[in-house]
Amino acid sequence: MAVESNLKIELGKQGVFVTTLNELYNWGRRNSVWPMQFGLACCAIEMIATTMARYDLARFGAEVFRPSPRQADLMIISGTVTKKMAPQVVRLYNQMAEPRYVIAMGACAISGGPFKQGYNVLKGIDRYIPVDVHIPGCPPRPEALIHAFMTLQKKIAAQPLTGEERPRHLDASAQGEFPVPEPGAHDLEPPVNRLVWPLPAPTVAAPAKEGA
Amino acid sequence: MKSAAELLDELQGAMPGVKLALATNPSPSAQHSLVVAAEDALRVAVYLRDVAGYDYCSNATGVDWLDKETTEKVKTTRRVKKEVDGVEQEVDETVEETVKRVEPGCLEAVYHLYSMRQGPHDPHPPLVLRMRTANRTDRVELPSLSPVWRAAEFQEREIFDLYGIVFKGHRDLRRLLMWDEFEDHPMRRDYVDPDDFEYEPTPHDEVLKRAEEHRAKLAAEGAR
Repeated sequence: MAVESNLKIELGKQGVFVTTLNELYNWGRRNSVWPMQFGLACCAIEMIATTMARYDLARFGAEVFRPSPRQADLMIISGTVTKKMAPQVVRLYNQMAEPRYVIAMGACAISGGPFKQGYNVLKGIDRYIPVDVHIPGCPPRPEALIHAFMTLQKKIAAQPLTGEERPRHLDASAQGEFPVPEPGAHDLEPPVNRLVWPLPAPTVAAPAKEGA
Repeated sequence: MKSAAELLDELQGAMPGVKLALATNPSPSAQHSLVVAAEDALRVAVYLRDVAGYDYCSNATGVDWLDKETTEKVKTTRRVKKEVDGVEQEVDETVEETVKRVEPGCLEAVYHLYSMRQGPHDPHPPLVLRMRTANRTDRVELPSLSPVWRAAEFQEREIFDLYGIVFKGHRDLRRLLMWDEFEDHPMRRDYVDPDDFEYEPTPHDEVLKRAEEHRAKLAAEGAR
């Protein structure tokens, strides 16, 4: 049960600290999100800059980049996901333990970016794995990555521990393993995971014809 | 300073009967290149490296030349039987005909050669060496120049991957960029990419066309 915020402030003035288990639990979770040490392209350079002294991602409790998916909570897709790399990315995501989160960083990771119409670039990693935060930019500045990280922290803080919205590690029926695409003769098989990228695709209004 | 044309003469002098041609570049840079026949490519390459001093292959790439169709108007003269003033005679007649000529396409491997031996005041300008396959479909073999220039090894793998030229004598000819199961050659002009246009938020030009085709296809499938 949530505590009324006004009451909480009033009690705080009296020297009484009140919280809920839910808040305490999420406070701990959101301040120790350990990203996975893995970069795909030039966005990775910005990600590295974010962890260094000037931007200092350590302020948010995320300074420990783990070189193993088993120990990581957050996957930052930093860069172009080629179709050759996509199966490995999904496999790494499958190897991460719950709770796990994904930030798709940069134009390439969210949509294919400038290489969208190329023959070897995936049109966004959200076709195979669920993405929590998308950041546009080419590459996004470190501030943008920090903003994405804070957005993720807010998202974690708002998660209830029970009910439909509870995080996946508390939901025994949640999907744990995502199918790894197989390399096919002309494209990846399947080209998209319908469970995370459902049909119908979001419709976009056709651009107005000139003079119409 | 030896131009490609001078080098051509030198090569023909050193190796009589070698099949070489000059491909001229009409742009102001006038960087002409040598086209070498596949069967002579290896010995020409060895000569270029060991005698002419081109010890560095900085780049190798491919080009896809489609079949070129040219139409020409040709005047031909034939003897035709004709009635002239009631009497049948043989008369010369000139007819203008349009002749269609198809130049068969080919795949081309292009090597960019430099000389590192000579230092900054290099008497050897960079040289462009080309090889052409017999056609674009079934006779796409070329000799590998990677035994001559090791630097060409990965580049020839890339050409094999993207254009489908098979390099004979290459010691490890596998795909470089695409996965092994992939069957197409994506840099060929007739490559058709997968129909993956279901979500295009900002379509334009070619993408808009493909997205509309995709939508029409989906609608047709839905109607059935």
